[in-house]
Amino acid sequence: MTTTTRTPVGHAATARPPASRPGTSRSGTATAVAVLTVALLGSVVAGISLGSAVIPLPDTLRYLGAALTGGTIGAEDVTQYSIVWDVRAPRVVLAAIVGAGLSVIGVAVQAMVRNPLADPFILGVSSGASVGASAVVSFGLFAGLGVYALSTAAFLGALLASALVYAAAHTRAGLTPLRLVLTGVALAYGFQALMSVIVFFAPFGETARSVMFWMLGSLGSATWQSLPVAAGAVVVAVVTLLRSGPSLDVLAMGDESAAGLGLDTTRLRRMLFLLTAVVTGALVSVSGAVGFVGLVMPHLVRIVAGASHRRVLTIAPLAGAVFLVWVDLASRTMFAPRELPLGVITALVGVPVFVLLLRRRGYLFGGR
Amino acid sequence: MDVALDDVTVEIAGTALVRRLNLTVGAGDVVGLVGPNGSGKSTALRCIYRALEPTTGTVLLDGSDIGGLSLRNSARAVAAVTQDGSPELDFTVTEIVELGRYPHHRGGAALGRRERDVCAEAMHRVGVTHLADRGVLSLSGGERQRVLIARALAQEPAVLVLDEPTNHLDVRHQVELLSFLRTCGLTVVVALHDLNLAAAACDRLAVLRDGTVADDGPPSDVLTPDLIDRTFGVRPDIVRHPVTGVPQLVYHLGPDEPTPGGTHP
Repeated sequence: MTTTTRTPVGHAATARPPASRPGTSRSGTATAVAVLTVALLGSVVAGISLGSAVIPLPDTLRYLGAALTGGTIGAEDVTQYSIVWDVRAPRVVLAAIVGAGLSVIGVAVQAMVRNPLADPFILGVSSGASVGASAVVSFGLFAGLGVYALSTAAFLGALLASALVYAAAHTRAGLTPLRLVLTGVALAYGFQALMSVIVFFAPFGETARSVMFWMLGSLGSATWQSLPVAAGAVVVAVVTLLRSGPSLDVLAMGDESAAGLGLDTTRLRRMLFLLTAVVTGALVSVSGAVGFVGLVMPHLVRIVAGASHRRVLTIAPLAGAVFLVWVDLASRTMFAPRELPLGVITALVGVPVFVLLLRRRGYLFGGR
Repeated sequence: MDVALDDVTVEIAGTALVRRLNLTVGAGDVVGLVGPNGSGKSTALRCIYRALEPTTGTVLLDGSDIGGLSLRNSARAVAAVTQDGSPELDFTVTEIVELGRYPHHRGGAALGRRERDVCAEAMHRVGVTHLADRGVLSLSGGERQRVLIARALAQEPAVLVLDEPTNHLDVRHQVELLSFLRTCGLTVVVALHDLNLAAAACDRLAVLRDGTVADDGPPSDVLTPDLIDRTFGVRPDIVRHPVTGVPQLVYHLGPDEPTPGGTHP
């Protein structure tokens, strides 16, 4: 505690070597971003080229070039061009957007409630959305909106659920982490029960299956028209959260320390809550509830990048995007022509990888 | 910079945790808050570092109401070492200490050279420079506490508030920490459980009982068998420290206490 040299030297002798973390320096982060950007571009092209019908890479690139630059293609190529540009490209881009969004929102939620088990769906967003979606699938709610009925109902359900969780969790002392988690989990059970009732009374037998498939996540309905809202939401999320990086670091110190460092924790939590509700709602409405990505991507990124939120939030969207592009590819090729729900693949692939990484790198979250 | 709590009352859910508490801490003084569990020590401190608004009364910094400052501005003057424990995330020691610059630093720019120097100096003063790149979750309790103090020093505060900083520390780290508080030159308000360490470290002690100050003065005036009995419900003997002369409390455990002569009398 004093400035004598004895203390440091005495401790240095017993110091363990620092854990190696390739992404913790500024140049390390830049390298990770560069590598992941290249990987993302490659993954997107691969995702568009591969599928139940493989379209050779040169052709894929030619079609993409034609579509992006307004070039022309021959009449015999129209079918393949349509697969590349109208079917696969929006789907793969949506996979990247959803993967990026769920990853950064996962980081935000874990910071907001200071809980490593939190994911974007912990605030009842996905179960609320599923109530809206099942109402559409079962009873044709919002039929006037045509193809947008499902996503509109899901989005409204998500927002309504979040508003209820907020109202129930908010006290005069502001938003406390544990209250938020407990309220979110409890209300999620309520929404799931409501969804079950709706499905149970649905007039068509296929309803349960459709709802379940939607719940587990699918990008099958992606069109270019469904992208802008989700893309906008994710961009807003990434920019806002990157700006809040230091505040998120301070929040991680605990609420008492955060107050001592001059952070208004209630205001920050309110902002994070709103961001989570809107962005997750937007993502769920176009892709269903893709589990696991938002829970695990933040941890995987922290294992290589360390705890600093700004670094994690720089790398996580790219890593999440790459991951979900490949997950989507697997979902539509493994049992082609049948598709698996995304949530099945994310769990089957992600869980073993996550467990291995946790064990290998001496990753510490909440002590040893 | 001096700190004063002026007639501060804190009520939460109808219960008064602190009642009409008055306390003045002069610039550069080290004042200890002592008292039994639940006597309001932490609550009083939380009002100073703005984790809590007093229900009535004011906290004054150099005579002006701290409630009129933004949280950020008061964090430039008052730094706190709280009982939060460690973060769940494995930040490096340097990253934690650099968060001390948060109240001075708006927006996202990287820390400048001077700011990094301030952090390095803070780490040097508490002897954690060699831990700079270590993850905080791999540190011992004593090392972690010193990192938190370095973070507080990096805030360049005039006032340092510590809530039972010696908890979970071994005796060497307790002594080092308190001797640091005596020499750091800041206005210090510290809640302590150990009355003997409090007597040795503090210029003045404020004894809290039921949310209010029961007695306030130099340790030798405050630490009397009667006051300790009234406040804590135990009656110690008071002796003088053989070197410094500050009062030290020794306790008699009753007829079964072993005596130096051997077994029971």
